[in-house]
Amino acid sequence: MGRARDYQSVMQRREDIIKEALGLDYSRFARGDMAFDYEAMMREVGYSLEETRTIQRDLGVGDTPLVELRNLTALVRSFAPSGMGARILLKDEAANPSGSFKARRAALSVQRAKEQGYRGVIAATSGNYGAALASQAAMRGLDCIIVQEVFDSRMIGQPEIVEKGRKCEAYGAEVHQMTVGPELFYYMLLLLEDTGYFNASLYTPYGIAGIETLGYEIAEGVREKYDRDPDAVVVTHAGGGNITGTTRGLMQAGCQDTQIIAASVDISGLHMAGDADFNRKSFTTGHTGFGIPFATWPDRADVPRNAARPLRYMQRYVLVHQGEVFYATELLSVLDGLERGPAGNTALAAALPLAAELPREAVIVVQESEYTGAGKHPTAQLTFARENGVAVRTGDPADSVPGASIVIPEEVEQVRAREHSLDRMRTSLIRNAVAFADMDVLGPREIRFLAEETARDETFVTGTLESLGIRYEMGSDA
Amino acid sequence: MDRKECVSGDWVQIERVILEAGSRAPGVPEDTAALPMIARMKGFAVHDAVVGEPLEVESTIGRRLAGTLVAVLPTYSHDFGAPVPELTRAGLQARARVRGEGG
Repeated sequence: MGRARDYQSVMQRREDIIKEALGLDYSRFARGDMAFDYEAMMREVGYSLEETRTIQRDLGVGDTPLVELRNLTALVRSFAPSGMGARILLKDEAANPSGSFKARRAALSVQRAKEQGYRGVIAATSGNYGAALASQAAMRGLDCIIVQEVFDSRMIGQPEIVEKGRKCEAYGAEVHQMTVGPELFYYMLLLLEDTGYFNASLYTPYGIAGIETLGYEIAEGVREKYDRDPDAVVVTHAGGGNITGTTRGLMQAGCQDTQIIAASVDISGLHMAGDADFNRKSFTTGHTGFGIPFATWPDRADVPRNAARPLRYMQRYVLVHQGEVFYATELLSVLDGLERGPAGNTALAAALPLAAELPREAVIVVQESEYTGAGKHPTAQLTFARENGVAVRTGDPADSVPGASIVIPEEVEQVRAREHSLDRMRTSLIRNAVAFADMDVLGPREIRFLAEETARDETFVTGTLESLGIRYEMGSDA
Repeated sequence: MDRKECVSGDWVQIERVILEAGSRAPGVPEDTAALPMIARMKGFAVHDAVVGEPLEVESTIGRRLAGTLVAVLPTYSHDFGAPVPELTRAGLQARARVRGEGG
């Protein structure tokens, strides 16, 4: 007899399904009800950074150009205070197979699946990762299934996601295109159970370790060309893998003083799972709808313990508006001759005002670009926005309202990187961790864990616990 | 041009209700909860069918998927959209600034 396939029954089996589909027992890393040994979990990958590089090189992944954006740098210097205006570099990740840095993540996932004897890989993603996984699976002779959230109830899909679906199909993947809703995860569990394929989640240790080479290459490239460490690296932030893996790579290269800045598109006010809101945002990733929830509660992911833990790594979090990212995309084309996809240029938009804060001799690296094409392009996405009742105009982007208007700056000075409080997010993370662990009183182990999770000291954690009215005990571990 | 019927072997798109309205996950927004969750897939038809009829397809990885026929030879309709002169103008303005000041 078949197993029950209704929502509740499948969700109750989730732990077993995931364990089977990863060949990884997460309970081994648990340390009590809340804490777990993150580094032990990451060591589970089993490849050193050099070995990862070799695996990726064999597949044509990585070693992407680090391009100096001379004209964007000159533009920033035209308004920066005297002596200010860092050199802006772009790590041109669009040069990877399938056109984005996601090939790095997919390469290790597929390697793992292959070693473990899985016949195929599955991922639920509406982003570039789908195409990356499909491409890597094709190279390694595995089947690939991609589940995407594509349509609103009118069965209309954003051009960007429709293009990403086409690209998965181009690589021979079986693509499931869904209407809006978080039950995408339930459906993925069903597919994992039906096929016995590998869960190539973005959030496994493999999915994260694959990005470490990107941070490492940035350090190497900047040192070689400019004889210094990068002063700042700006990373487009959504699920948190990008910032986690890149920073871990920079750390392994010994970049201790590099400032790690996360950037997301501000779509506050739009509900991620709402049918009506779905097609009123022009960005399907790189936005606050993923960026904030995944930072403040990483384990909402499709694996028991998310290997992407952004608050451990980000030192600043800045937000930009949709119109600013489209503007930066246009400038990258017209000024520096690189036509690249809009969503990946979120960090680029933020880098313009951030470069103006740094001295001229400094180097700021925009850590990725992505491919562009039909659908995945400012003109396609702004046309779609207009068709869906979103006003597109020029002016001060500060006046834009996500879902109602997109305001394109007229001058570069109007692009701003707006600080989002990290301490506020750290407080949310602590609140969420306590709620999830369902503990009445925290002990020293939990306090230490929360200090690691928030990249703050134990005093910050106990102070936050007090302000939240959560009890704790100091002293030795039981 | 839209064909309403497929024959066995045609490349087609099918759809299937995954969760009925009312059986959605707890906590989804009201507008979403009132709708079914639908999946669309593509493959080669394994028998003849008319749009709206049940149909089984063989996917690109050789799996049999069941649903109802939505489209025969489904077309990619996404494109580059209409020009956005506001963007073009802003880009050219920035370029003039760099050329004016940088030589």
